[in-house]
Amino acid sequence: MDSSDLRHQIEELLSAGEWRQAAWRLQILWDKHASAPLAGFVVSAYGRLRDQLKLTSHRCALLRSFTLEPTVPILKACAFRWAIDLSIQVGEFNAYPQELLDGASNLYGFQPDTVILAVQSRDIVPELGLRPVIPNQEIVDRATDQFAGWVRAFRGHTAANLIIHTLECPAVAAQGVYDSQLEDNQAGAIQQINHNLRKLAAEHRGIYILDYDALVARHGREQWGDERKWLTVRLPISAANLVHMAQEWMKFLAPLAGREAKCVAVDLDNTLWGGVIGEDGMAGIQLGPEYPGAVYQGMQRALLDLSRRGILLAVSSKNNAQDALEVLRDHPGMLLRPEHFATLRINWNDKAQNLREIADELKIGVDAIAFLDDNPVERQQVREALPEAMVIELPADPMQYERVVRDCPVFERLTLSEEDRQRGSYYAAERQRVALEQSAPSREDFYRSLAQEAEIAPVNALTLARVAQLTQKTNQFNLTTKRYTEQQIAELAKRPGWHVLSIQVRDRYADNGLVGVAIVFDHGGTCEIDTFLLSCRVIGRTVETALLASLADEARGRGVRRLEGWFVRTKKNAPAKDFYRTHAFQLLSETPEAQRWGVDLADTQLQAPEWVRVRLFVAAEKA
Amino acid sequence: MSADLLSEVRGVAADVFAVDAKTLHAASSPEQVEAWDSVQHLNLVLALEGKYGIQFEPEEMERMKNLGAIAALVGTKLT
Repeated sequence: MDSSDLRHQIEELLSAGEWRQAAWRLQILWDKHASAPLAGFVVSAYGRLRDQLKLTSHRCALLRSFTLEPTVPILKACAFRWAIDLSIQVGEFNAYPQELLDGASNLYGFQPDTVILAVQSRDIVPELGLRPVIPNQEIVDRATDQFAGWVRAFRGHTAANLIIHTLECPAVAAQGVYDSQLEDNQAGAIQQINHNLRKLAAEHRGIYILDYDALVARHGREQWGDERKWLTVRLPISAANLVHMAQEWMKFLAPLAGREAKCVAVDLDNTLWGGVIGEDGMAGIQLGPEYPGAVYQGMQRALLDLSRRGILLAVSSKNNAQDALEVLRDHPGMLLRPEHFATLRINWNDKAQNLREIADELKIGVDAIAFLDDNPVERQQVREALPEAMVIELPADPMQYERVVRDCPVFERLTLSEEDRQRGSYYAAERQRVALEQSAPSREDFYRSLAQEAEIAPVNALTLARVAQLTQKTNQFNLTTKRYTEQQIAELAKRPGWHVLSIQVRDRYADNGLVGVAIVFDHGGTCEIDTFLLSCRVIGRTVETALLASLADEARGRGVRRLEGWFVRTKKNAPAKDFYRTHAFQLLSETPEAQRWGVDLADTQLQAPEWVRVRLFVAAEKA
Repeated sequence: MSADLLSEVRGVAADVFAVDAKTLHAASSPEQVEAWDSVQHLNLVLALEGKYGIQFEPEEMERMKNLGAIAALVGTKLT
């Protein structure tokens, strides 16, 4: 439904006194179409609903060195959408130092809950970059001292929260590219001030840093502002970006006003994976490191990040429990596993009922549950039955799911307690990873630090498509470059004496997915390597040795005496040309196009490297 | 200027000023509409720029004397 239809509906519902129906449509309208032109309508509509809805009041003062009045209606609309009734006071233009320092100022008279100090580089450090009149360090120290003085005065006068904007780096340095040659350059000085601001915030309670520089960079330094508006009315933000400024403030105001989701209840089909498990089956759903499955791994990664902030995950799905649990437990593409979820509701009950039960079980309010579901009908049911729940409007395009989750203000946290951290064991592992990265002197240490796990298994229904795709796509580390279709792979796998193996590699940093294929067949006491390839994302990490060693072990087990194979030269497969030589194979014959290599299994010491943990799944006997 | 465009501009102005669109006309100006102060004028300009993906020149801001003139100006930018 487009925004004008939805608006029309809301107006009619408001006139008819159908406030509940109007309220949830307003949420959808703002989630989908948040913008400056719509803010006025949304604010006045919420104004009419104010007495009907359970809203949290919050008082916010904006101190500024530039025009930001146009963001006020947008910020109010953002706040209303998350059930916060925001009173906003905008300080006088450039009067922020007096307002902060003077205990009798309008600022403190307003009795704010939260104060936002929105200043920019050009106001705080206008002289920066005009070398060599004043050394940068002097400017950095002066700016830092100024901020420190304001913060001390603020803390002396009020217990309110203070959000300080970082200073933004210039799109173009005053000294042009010469600036980049200098050790203490303009951008570096600004980053140093920002670093000092973070230290300053850490020394006091209730002082938080909004990374304005990162916000501007996210939307593009050239695109963020509109020079005409700056030069004429001192507004440094373009009409289209006003909403992004307001949404960024909202990420602070939601947790400060107590609007935090403690739990996110997620649907499964078409939300955590593509497709419907009950219809498409394990092999048919979209989930894995490649497109389209990668879309859903993105969503799962965002949810994992939420759980690391101490937000509990729960499942609310209409499914046969057994089907869904099999995916959670066993699907190789799942990043989330049953142990990541605080509770599971996989049944055919309506979702509002499930959310009530989840709230009861976790001993939290329904108003602390966020709900993620791709299906608009389910969302509507929950919105109508549980108006206090935080229903998130997922867009139609799954590629936007991850961004929507990551930008949702009720998932933001400004501090993390020890308890929050312990809800996931991630932080410890992350610290270890960083430490390892910094202290990996030798190549072997590096391999060890990767903690690679390789899973070598015969091709199956789940892996068939990827195996065929790799034979089609892999050019660099590919010894024979034979291309096979899915049909052909399935057929080869069934032939007596043939073995089609895949290798999946997971390391400390990521699940690389299915990254290699080997196809071999036995004839007359020799195991012939028909195909041996590895995706470029794991080249040079010794997993190829692990795969070759597994082929040798398996062949020995079948009573085979020799391992032989071709290296067929192509324009692109140079990375594979020394593979057999470095693994102690002998060159048997050679033409300009190809080399024949072989090794006696009795003589070879071929072994998987000790730093790759190999799990080998043996094929069932063929009929 | 089309009647449709004037009615759209009236709608945007009504949202910005938080008044009923029926009270606004082509001749409505800052002198007549109580809520239409300099801040709301800027909000109206930004709302129109956002809605239509256009930009007004500083000189044009001066010419925005009433809703009819504003709608006409928007019209010239859309053609």
